[in-house]
Amino acid sequence: MRDVAVVGIGIMKWGELWEKSFRDIFTEAGLNAIDDAGVDHIDSLLVGCMSGGLFVGQEHIGAIMADYLGQKHIAAGRVESACASGGLAFRQAFIEVASGMSDIVMAGGVEKMTDVSGDGATYALATAADQEYEVFNGVTFPGLYAMMARIYMQKYKVTRRELSAIPFKSHQNGAKNPYAQYPFPIKIEDVENGVLVADPLHILDCSPITDGGAAVILTTVDIAKKLKKPIIKVIGSGLATDTISLHQRDNMIWLKSTELAGKKAYEMAGKKPEDIDLVEVHDCFSIAEALVTEALGFFKPGTGVKAAAEGLTALNGKLPVNTSGGLKSKGHPVGATGIGQVVEIVKQLRGTAENGRQVKKARVGMTQNMGGSGASGVVHIMEVV
Amino acid sequence: MFPARIWREFPQRYRREAAICKKCGKRYFPPRLICAECGGRKFETYVLPDEATVVTFTVIRVAAQQYSDMAPYAIGIVKFDDGLQMMGQIVDCDVDKLKIGMKVRLEFRKVQSHDHHGVLSYAHKFVPKWY
Ligand SMILES: [Zn+2]
Repeated sequence: MRDVAVVGIGIMKWGELWEKSFRDIFTEAGLNAIDDAGVDHIDSLLVGCMSGGLFVGQEHIGAIMADYLGQKHIAAGRVESACASGGLAFRQAFIEVASGMSDIVMAGGVEKMTDVSGDGATYALATAADQEYEVFNGVTFPGLYAMMARIYMQKYKVTRRELSAIPFKSHQNGAKNPYAQYPFPIKIEDVENGVLVADPLHILDCSPITDGGAAVILTTVDIAKKLKKPIIKVIGSGLATDTISLHQRDNMIWLKSTELAGKKAYEMAGKKPEDIDLVEVHDCFSIAEALVTEALGFFKPGTGVKAAAEGLTALNGKLPVNTSGGLKSKGHPVGATGIGQVVEIVKQLRGTAENGRQVKKARVGMTQNMGGSGASGVVHIMEVV
Repeated sequence: MFPARIWREFPQRYRREAAICKKCGKRYFPPRLICAECGGRKFETYVLPDEATVVTFTVIRVAAQQYSDMAPYAIGIVKFDDGLQMMGQIVDCDVDKLKIGMKVRLEFRKVQSHDHHGVLSYAHKFVPKWY
C-alpha cells in the first residue's frame, strides 16, 4: 500500500441554500478542494450521496458531478451508505490511491434536502432504516434514536439536563465555525423547552435538514510533497456493519459497527484511544454522540453523556469532540457529512481552524461517520507528518 | 404500497409467523435464508406467542408523509418470552403511561389506508395488557 495524504479541502457555507441547485452545491465545494490542493486535474471522483433520487429526483451522480466540475471523461461514481455515504467515499478514495489505481482522487459528498417538504425529508431519511420491518410500522429516525435514548437514560440514570449538555456544547463550537448552518450558541434549557419530536428527544437533540457539499483531495505522500502542502496522512481506516433493524440487536445501546470500525482503524494506525487529540463524530442525535464516544473507547459504557456534561468533550476538554459544531450546529447534509468531518480534522491538524476553535497541539485526529441507526460505521485516523 | 409487495409479504403481515433455526434455535422475524449466528439454512415456522414485554418505546410526534395523519402515536420494540424482538405501534393506550417492562398483547391492525393504490395495509401492533 502507498502512503496517502489529504492535500486539499473544500467546504462551503451549509444551510437552506434556496438559490443553489444540487449540482451547484457540489461543484462549489469541489472547486474549493481543487484550488486548495493546487492540482490541475483529478484522476477519479467518488461522490457520497444518500438520496439524490428522493430529494431532487437525480441519480447517476458521479457522472453529472464530474461533468459540472469540468473534469471531462474522468472515472467517477457515486457511493451510498445512507448517512455514512461521505465516510464511505473517503474510504474508497483512500483505497484507490493506496492501491496504486489512481494518483489524485477527489472524495466528495453532497445532499440537497430542502427541495422537498419536511415530511418528505423524513420519508427520504427513513429509507436508511429497514423499510419493511421498521419504517412500515411508522418509525422515523428520531424515533429510532429516541428508543435508544430511553433505554440508555433509564439504565444509566441519565437526566434530561445531562443529555442537553451535548447539543449545548455543539452550538458552543459551531458558533465559531463560519461555515455552520446554525453558528450561534444556545442556552442549555432551550433543549428541554423545544418541541418534542420523538420522546424523549426534542428538536434541539436532532441534527437539522441541510443543503451542503464538501470535497477533499487525496493523493500519495510523494505527490503531496511536490505540491508543497501540509501533509495530513491517512493512517487508519475501518468500516463495519450491523443489523439494519435496531430491534434485531441484543444490545440496542451499543454501536457494534462503530466499535469494530474503530478497532480496525486503531490497529492500522497503531494508535489507541488515548493517542487521539480530537474527534469528529456522527451526532445525528444527542444520544448518538455519547454512544459513539463509548464505542470508540474514549469513555466507558454508560458514561458518555456524563463526560459531556462534565465538559470533558468541550473545546478545552480532555478530548474535544465535534469542534466543527457537529451535525447539530454545522448541519447534516447527509451525503456530505462524512467529508465535512474530514475537512474539520484536516483544518485542525493544519492549525488553521477559524475563530478561536483551534485545538492546541493537534497531531492526531479521528472521524466517525455512521449510517442509519448504526448499521454502518466508518472510522478514519489522520496524522500530521 | 404496490399490491404485489403487500401480497408478497402476507406471511409476515397476516400469519403471526416467525422462523426458528433448526441448528441453533435462533428466532427470526422476518424469516431468512441463512442463520446469522450459525450459518444454518434450515428453518421451521412457528406461531408467535400472544404476549410480549416492552423493551423501549417512543411517541412519534413528527411523522413521515404517509403516517402524518396518525401522529402522535406510540411505537416500540417488544420482546417475546422466547427472546424474539419485534417493532410495532403500541395502541389503545394513554401514551403518557407507557413504561419499559410493560406487558403487551400482539394484535393485527390497519397501518396504512390512504395510499395511491387503494390497498389497505395491516401490521402487527401491540396493546397494553391493562386494557
Ligand atoms: Zn442458527
